[in-house]
Amino acid sequence: MDASEVVNAQPKVRLRGVEKIFGEGDGATVALEKVDLDIAPASFTTLVGASGCGKSTLLRIIGGLDYQTGGEVIANGHPVTGPGADRAMVFQQYSLFPWLTVMQNIRFSRLLKANRGEWTSAEVEAASGRAEALLNLMGLARNANAYPNQLSGGMQQRVAIARALMPRPPILLMDEPFGALDAQTREVMHDLILHVFNLEKSTIIFVTHDVEEAIYLGQRVVVMAPRPGRIDSVHTVPLPEKRTQDMKLAPEFIRMKRDIVERIRETSGMKTDYDLLEKLSRQASL
Amino acid sequence: MATARTARPGAWAIRGPMSQRQYWVLAAVGLIVPFAAWWLLASIELMPKVFMPGPADVWARAGAWLREDDLAGDTLISISRVVIGWGLSLLIALPLGLLIGTYKPVQALLEPLTDFIRYMPAVAFIPLVMLWIGIDEPSKIAIIFIGTFFQMVLMMAEDVRRVPLAQIEGAQTLGASRGEIIQLVLLPSAKPALVDTMRVTMGWAWTYLVVAELVAANSGLGYSILKAQRFLQTDKIFAGIIIIGLLGLIIDQLFRLWHRKAFPWMHRKS
Ligand SMILES: Nc1ncnc2c1ncn2[C@@H]1O[C@H](COP(=O)(O)OP(=O)(O)OP(=O)(O)O)[C@@H](O)[C@H]1O
Ligand SMILES: [Mg+2]
Repeated sequence: MDASEVVNAQPKVRLRGVEKIFGEGDGATVALEKVDLDIAPASFTTLVGASGCGKSTLLRIIGGLDYQTGGEVIANGHPVTGPGADRAMVFQQYSLFPWLTVMQNIRFSRLLKANRGEWTSAEVEAASGRAEALLNLMGLARNANAYPNQLSGGMQQRVAIARALMPRPPILLMDEPFGALDAQTREVMHDLILHVFNLEKSTIIFVTHDVEEAIYLGQRVVVMAPRPGRIDSVHTVPLPEKRTQDMKLAPEFIRMKRDIVERIRETSGMKTDYDLLEKLSRQASL
Repeated sequence: MATARTARPGAWAIRGPMSQRQYWVLAAVGLIVPFAAWWLLASIELMPKVFMPGPADVWARAGAWLREDDLAGDTLISISRVVIGWGLSLLIALPLGLLIGTYKPVQALLEPLTDFIRYMPAVAFIPLVMLWIGIDEPSKIAIIFIGTFFQMVLMMAEDVRRVPLAQIEGAQTLGASRGEIIQLVLLPSAKPALVDTMRVTMGWAWTYLVVAELVAANSGLGYSILKAQRFLQTDKIFAGIIIIGLLGLIIDQLFRLWHRKAFPWMHRKS
């Protein structure tokens, strides 16, 4: 398991010696240290690791929302210099525009293009069909004219995903997009996002702290370690392309989950102190 | 043993619900009781009528003011001063607030200065204003401007700064440029807060209008109040104050109505 294995001659995203230091002097935090990673086109990569290991930071650097303090970030063949429509991003929450309806939110990227006069009327027509299709795909057909604050958290995330997919981004970055959802809604969202992935053939990088989610969704699971943030290991998921919920019970799934959880536990430097808990409960019973 | 309990919490629950009817009944009580107290106090003539006129006297005086004197003209000139002074503030404060709330260098350049000036009492500028621009119309507008502008800039900058970063970044990753983010995200997102700031500063504009008219004017509601004092027409002072209060209330309600109509996404919860 080599962190810097070259998957493809023309990776969609290429990270070389990426380093990120927040602050300076005594207060400096090394959020990322020498990160090398290649992401193949039309692949689904998940990123897991202990809290604070730099997952969000890495994703934001690829998205151009943050900048690296060292190293090289190349996406779609160009060095990343800022955010752009070729790298759509889905956040954990609160990124929808509350003053726009569901449909207007989804069409936001279209609004940008129309405002610039970049589009012919035929293209506008085609895009409007796509917005409808995404709306239906996300099961939001009945909510087209609702405002975000009238929707449940799961529905809001579906709108956010549809909005990000609208301009057909070659790269889709997702930072714990289902972190605030309940287990049932998450399962539904998992199959939805896999369906979208097979349909759109975009390159997805997905951050989560749920190992099961990472394995179920990803073709590769990248485990990161904290202090300083770095890539610990890369695991290729031994499951067929087409995933089904019962695969979570397959022996190879469980074995992989155990391996990854073990890596995270080992690198996080945190473990349950059974002696302390024992002592506390004895005190409490006095 | 369990007593039947409806699911609906009572009106005294923290932020508890209340029916429209109950609301209006209480609102009416809140308005009628002080009015009745005033009427009672005046009718037992605890104080001489010259100092404490009753509602009827004030009503009669307002009528006379309207018929024999120029109430409509006084009201109109006062409203136009407020609107011009406040509008001028808005015209400059809105783009400036937007820039301060958006760009750190502009904030560094202008915010400390604005913060400093806003603590200088606007009223103390009156002698200076009179020296510089005299006692004509522009001086009244200048006083209203000084009283509202600096606060307005700072409040509007804060309104813009409160736009959640996730909304801005969401737009950025959809390919929005700087100009597009200002036009299509910052402004619409901050708009409800900006309208509220406009409503609040409009209230202050009325205060400074009266100050300006008391000091340097020969027309307007504030001037009429001052003149009434010279002639010991207490009922006219009362009438003037109440009219200004009502005008303020009406304008405030208009702003609230605008808020409800323009931002259904804030008021519509399903
Ligand atoms: N803006 C910032 N300023 C200073 N330090 C930061 C900043 N953002 C992140 N950090 C630090 O960088 C490290 C990595 O943070 P990051 O948010 O990338 O972690 P994460 O893996 O996403 O964690 P989580 O699972 O909790 O979301 C942390 O130690 C954090 O304190
Ligand atoms: Mg994070």
